[in-house]
Amino acid sequence: MSSVDYTQELSVVEGKQALRELDDLIAKPLETKPDKKFYIALSITLSMLSLLVIGLGLTFYYGIGMWGNNNPVGWAFDIVNFVFWVGIGHAGTLISAILFLFRQKWRTGIARFAEGMTIFAVMTAGLFPLIHVGRPWLAGYLFPYPNQHSLWVNFTSPLLWDVFAVSTYFIVSLIFWYVGLIPDLATLREKTNHKLKKIIYSIFSLGWRFSNRHWQNYEMVYLILAGFATPLVLSVHTIVSFDFAVSIIPGWHTTIFPPYFVAGAVFSGFAMVQNVLVIVRKIFNYEHIITIDTLEKMNKIMLLTGSLVGYAYAMEFFIAWYSGVEAELFAFLNRALGPYAWAYWIMIICNVVSPQLFWSKKIRRTIPVMFVIAIFVNIGMWFERFVIIVTSLSRDFLPSSWAYYTPTLVDGMILIGSFGFFFTWILLFTKALPVVSMAEVKAVVDGAQPSHKDN
Amino acid sequence: MSKKVLYSYTGIFDTPDEVTHAAEKAVEHGYTKYDVNTPYPLHGMNKAMNLPPSKLGYVALAVGLSGALGALLSLWWVSAVDYPINVGGKPFFSFPAYIPVIFEVTVLSASIATVLAMLFFFFKFPNNAHPLHATDYMKKVSSDKYGISIQAEDPKFDESSVKNFLESIRAKEINAVYWDEEETAHNHKILEPKFLTFLFVVAVLISGTTYFTLNKLMNMLPFNWMMEQSKQSAQQKSLVFEDGFGMRQPVNGTIARGFLPYEFKGKPDLAGEKLVNPILVSKESLKLGQAKYDIYCSPCHGYHAEGDSRLRGQFPNPPSLHSEKVRTWGDGRIFAVITEGQNIMPSHSTQLTVDERWAVINYIRALQRALNAKESDLK
Ligand code: HEC
Repeated sequence: MSSVDYTQELSVVEGKQALRELDDLIAKPLETKPDKKFYIALSITLSMLSLLVIGLGLTFYYGIGMWGNNNPVGWAFDIVNFVFWVGIGHAGTLISAILFLFRQKWRTGIARFAEGMTIFAVMTAGLFPLIHVGRPWLAGYLFPYPNQHSLWVNFTSPLLWDVFAVSTYFIVSLIFWYVGLIPDLATLREKTNHKLKKIIYSIFSLGWRFSNRHWQNYEMVYLILAGFATPLVLSVHTIVSFDFAVSIIPGWHTTIFPPYFVAGAVFSGFAMVQNVLVIVRKIFNYEHIITIDTLEKMNKIMLLTGSLVGYAYAMEFFIAWYSGVEAELFAFLNRALGPYAWAYWIMIICNVVSPQLFWSKKIRRTIPVMFVIAIFVNIGMWFERFVIIVTSLSRDFLPSSWAYYTPTLVDGMILIGSFGFFFTWILLFTKALPVVSMAEVKAVVDGAQPSHKDN
Repeated sequence: MSKKVLYSYTGIFDTPDEVTHAAEKAVEHGYTKYDVNTPYPLHGMNKAMNLPPSKLGYVALAVGLSGALGALLSLWWVSAVDYPINVGGKPFFSFPAYIPVIFEVTVLSASIATVLAMLFFFFKFPNNAHPLHATDYMKKVSSDKYGISIQAEDPKFDESSVKNFLESIRAKEINAVYWDEEETAHNHKILEPKFLTFLFVVAVLISGTTYFTLNKLMNMLPFNWMMEQSKQSAQQKSLVFEDGFGMRQPVNGTIARGFLPYEFKGKPDLAGEKLVNPILVSKESLKLGQAKYDIYCSPCHGYHAEGDSRLRGQFPNPPSLHSEKVRTWGDGRIFAVITEGQNIMPSHSTQLTVDERWAVINYIRALQRALNAKESDLK
């Protein structure tokens, strides 16, 4: 390991795999009946999902008074979960778009899965603003359409920007994902002997025929989509952070929020992708495709973004003092020492301290350790949003209106249920579609590209 | 049955180097209608096949720019023209606040348009009827082989020379691919009557059920829950009060402001003696009196109080108010007539407040004086 030849690109896929074997390996979960483990996993996620259904049922029937939200803490678990899940969704597009633009070939093994996670995470996130408004059946009014009240939305409000950003992000991610799936669906179409499956694959592969006249345009579109998705992914969490930064609540009203939120989103997104991939590669025997090298690279990104987030925490404190604004200084001291100090220190330990272990190469490459660290990061990032939202609201300018927020059982059910919702989709995804892009992985196997030598 | 139409000749290669070489040779040979099928894009293939650069970038540019412009214009129209709301004193047209939405709309429209353009206009998808589908060739190039297909449409196409060419570049499994007879015989057209009828039936069914469910089944008002509040509304039975009345009576003896009880009920003459007009004659009070008189009294008594009602005999004509009698009456006496009515003239106590009654009386005095002006008034 000491002398690596940096003039030679390291191979992304371990060993020289035969292309057809890769196809078989990737398509295997789709061609075999789900086993017992799958059903056990599914029953767990479905039970969690049923908690969501019950929690939402209670919320809709009795109203959002079932939650712990109070005055002044009008935003609590609902918005915490929203920001958390939108953040999780950022890794997918980052991997598929930004790393694509940087020509990072190691992304090929994990891109499809991460994109799928983006879509499911944004779907989960999307639930929260809807239930947060209390009357989700009126969500249509969030969109500017010519209605019978001749009312329009307020285009200068960050909450409306959010509607645009999140829905655009969802649609563009879905398109990106689908475009990537077309060649794989065509491969599956040719592979399968099942009649119904063939019809379904034929419909969704649209008649793709691997023509190089098509590949050329296809690669162009992929590049364009990556070019659009890159600023888009940065804009989404920027706009989410505007929901807070544009207001005047102490602890929210800071210009560091956009980059800080984006870094945090990438941080938590990578942690979630890493967590799930560690399991997926084990179960489906993808160790050669999703290699230890790939996981190590993800851990490096977590180390980077985790440090950025830690820097942002420190900078917030510094600016709170440096600005000389009493309310700001109080807000931050209150975070670290006030009634929510427990949440603050959970956040610091999980987000700032735990990823620092990734400086050690050994830890970066040890699966159980990195798995636990990523779980810590996810917990920490959830608490980050909790700290930002709840501590700032619970003690704002007017001490007479201060109140302590305690979540209720229904809050907890909805939080756990959101994980059930997300993982149910993930499980169905692993059985319904190839979780690794066949075309992309085959293209980066050693010897898969022309050597450009005369033969 | 007999005549199979040739689509192309195909050949298979095992390595990417070979197929790139084959493409170069095909270009050298002057073939134009040929295609290379590979399971994934090959580097350098565009150059080998001599393909012009993709034009999809222009689609993205054009749609993206029009999306941005369209978003800007509609935001301006909505927030500055159609529905200007003052938000914290910001200008109606506040461009910096529009940037996020404009950006999102740009990205969304350009991404959707580029992908749709690629799939439906550039590739003419969906196309599962292409002759290359359901062939052995397709099975191979979809997984781990590389193939070239030279089409019969090519001007240089000639069965034997193409076969020779494929052999010369060491292609394996050289095969002819034919058009599917069923497909070619059955010319599916979008404007087929069957398809049009189908579309029509679908349109009628969908709009019919939508109309029925929205307008008949669930005739829902958009914002009706504001009416359904758990509060006591007028005329409702109360569950709280013992007497069951939702509307509460005022405490006994309460008098509303401006509604002092009338003391001279049934004693108009006494009222004429005792009551004094508290309203001084002024421009405002005359104006108010005129307005009220024209509304409430003129239909019967006429605009000039001469008893020339506009009712034209449908109601007994009232007397003129210019009579000696009324002129000599005190203001209080007229007040009594307005408040209580007189014979068939109804009471106006609910239409006119006390002050308004006095104002009307001042106006009547003005009318009377106008017909019976004294020498001194002319000065
Ligand atoms: C529905 C038609 C009607 C309206 C409206 C009406 N009056 Fe009369 N008014 C009559 C009739 C009819 C009489 C005669 C009653 C009678 O037979 O004594 C009368 C009588 C009077 C008299 C007494 C005249 C007299 O010679 O005895 C006065 C004063 C008078 N009205 C004033 C008013 C004023 C002021 C108003 C507006 C507030 C008014 N009236 C509105 C129909 C009307």
